[in-house]
Amino acid sequence: MTTIVLYGLRESLRRKMFAVVLVLTLLFLSLYAWGTHAAFKDTHSFVPPDQLNLNPDRLAGAIVFGLAMFATLFLGAVLAVFLTLNVVRGDAEAGLLQPLVVRPIGRTQLLLARFAGAAGVCVAYVLAVYFASVGITYWAGGWTPDRLLSPGIELAAAIVVVSAVALAGSVFLSPIANGIGTLMIFGAGLMAGLLGEIGHAIDSQKLQHISRIAWWFLPFDALYEDALHRLTVDTTGFAKFVLQLGPFGGSHRAGTPILIWSALFLLLVLGAAVAAFRRRDL
Amino acid sequence: MPPVLVATGLEKRYGRTEALGGVALEVGEGQLVGLLGPNGAGKSTLVKIACGLVRASAGSVQVCGAPAGSPPARRSLGYLAELFRFPSWMSAEELLTLHQRLAGSTRGEAERTELLELVGLPHARATRIAAMSKGMQQRLGIAQALVGSPRLLLLDEPTSALDPAGRRVVRGLLEELRRRGTSVLLNSHLLSEVELVCDHVVIVDHGRVVAAGTPDQLRRQGGVEVETATGTRRFEDARRDDVPRIVRELVAAGEEIYDVRAVASSLEDVYLEVVD
Repeated sequence: MTTIVLYGLRESLRRKMFAVVLVLTLLFLSLYAWGTHAAFKDTHSFVPPDQLNLNPDRLAGAIVFGLAMFATLFLGAVLAVFLTLNVVRGDAEAGLLQPLVVRPIGRTQLLLARFAGAAGVCVAYVLAVYFASVGITYWAGGWTPDRLLSPGIELAAAIVVVSAVALAGSVFLSPIANGIGTLMIFGAGLMAGLLGEIGHAIDSQKLQHISRIAWWFLPFDALYEDALHRLTVDTTGFAKFVLQLGPFGGSHRAGTPILIWSALFLLLVLGAAVAAFRRRDL
Repeated sequence: MPPVLVATGLEKRYGRTEALGGVALEVGEGQLVGLLGPNGAGKSTLVKIACGLVRASAGSVQVCGAPAGSPPARRSLGYLAELFRFPSWMSAEELLTLHQRLAGSTRGEAERTELLELVGLPHARATRIAAMSKGMQQRLGIAQALVGSPRLLLLDEPTSALDPAGRRVVRGLLEELRRRGTSVLLNSHLLSEVELVCDHVVIVDHGRVVAAGTPDQLRRQGGVEVETATGTRRFEDARRDDVPRIVRELVAAGEEIYDVRAVASSLEDVYLEVVD
């Protein structure tokens, strides 16, 4: 199994796509550093009314870091999708899969190893970008999230769920259809989160309820919102309200049941992918 | 010795399309069996079921006594697909190392060197697959299939991308495998190739075995031709065994004999006759 994990890792790193993602990431981080520096500089002159108890640096830090979280989630999802979209049907159609499947390793191990390889790359990538963003934000304005490690871990977990969905899709769909389908599912999750935010802003219980139901079907959004929530978990009052309306999705505590469900969801998706792959003619 | 591959009543349906309709086939230990048939006859499906890539709708395949697709069966075979590709970023050395690990081979560098020499690619050890011609990749594919010294080799059109020189290398390789006692099921369109190297030939059409036997058994006797001083005389019903008697009788009758030929139909004639 280690052989296939390493094979998957090497394949990921050798693909041109990975280099493109790296270049885009460096570009994003550079722009983020520039933008964050400017944001902190401009908010120094912003003096809010005393009764609102708003710390401009805290507000600017949390909002720009919310942008970094969203960008990291998006880049991580794109990476996850591109690393897994062709694992079964795409590789089988290209004739890359058959020489591996006939070896004694077995289909279950092969698929799980390919998942482990892709998920490993994605987790490393997401954590690297997350901590780079933390460093940049601290450098620009001296702000750090209220919780440092757990938001990064939840963000990485969200991407692992996305990569499992793309892997399962690769058993049934051609690479292009799978890529489009998975990114649409990802978009639907984010949309559901934003819908919940609108519900929160206009005090619509129904919209918030719809958003919460969507969490059970698309738990990566729950992980993302929970990660955002942890950034400012110790913030209270009006500042907390403003941050919850952040432009990049709400920051809401997901709760233990949904976090456990996310892990179960991952196992169920992988189980379904393995079961389908074991029955698939190549 | 028990056969290394036994297919019994093998059926495969893709929806309403029947790819195999009850095929029975055996490959004995050390035997080189050629699988012939037109496009869509079910040959590749048969090979894929044998190596566990496709599930049979009915019937069974045993590889070295284990059900096809099971880990013991997969450990016993090597396979080269008709349409295959290897990761373009790998070198020949890296590809063989990967397959050694997957096959559990512990022979390391010695095996890699031996296999690359066997397929005529000793100089391509460090060459990236992206830089290889299709023919080189095909030969590397055969080397990959031989990793771990499998008892049964399943080759699906192994010479389709090769030039005549490459085909000769593969023919020599197949003969070498026969000497080593490796069993081979060779799926090929090249009748002449099969005729030259195979011990046994199975012709499949519309998912059914329509002819099987040794090449000699399949080639029908077409009489005996004797070239004499008075011209060529043809004995339509005679067989190869009748040649000494015919010569004796002609010499006794005062004929001078210059040449004798036992005429037989080629495998191609037989193939075209049994295949729709």
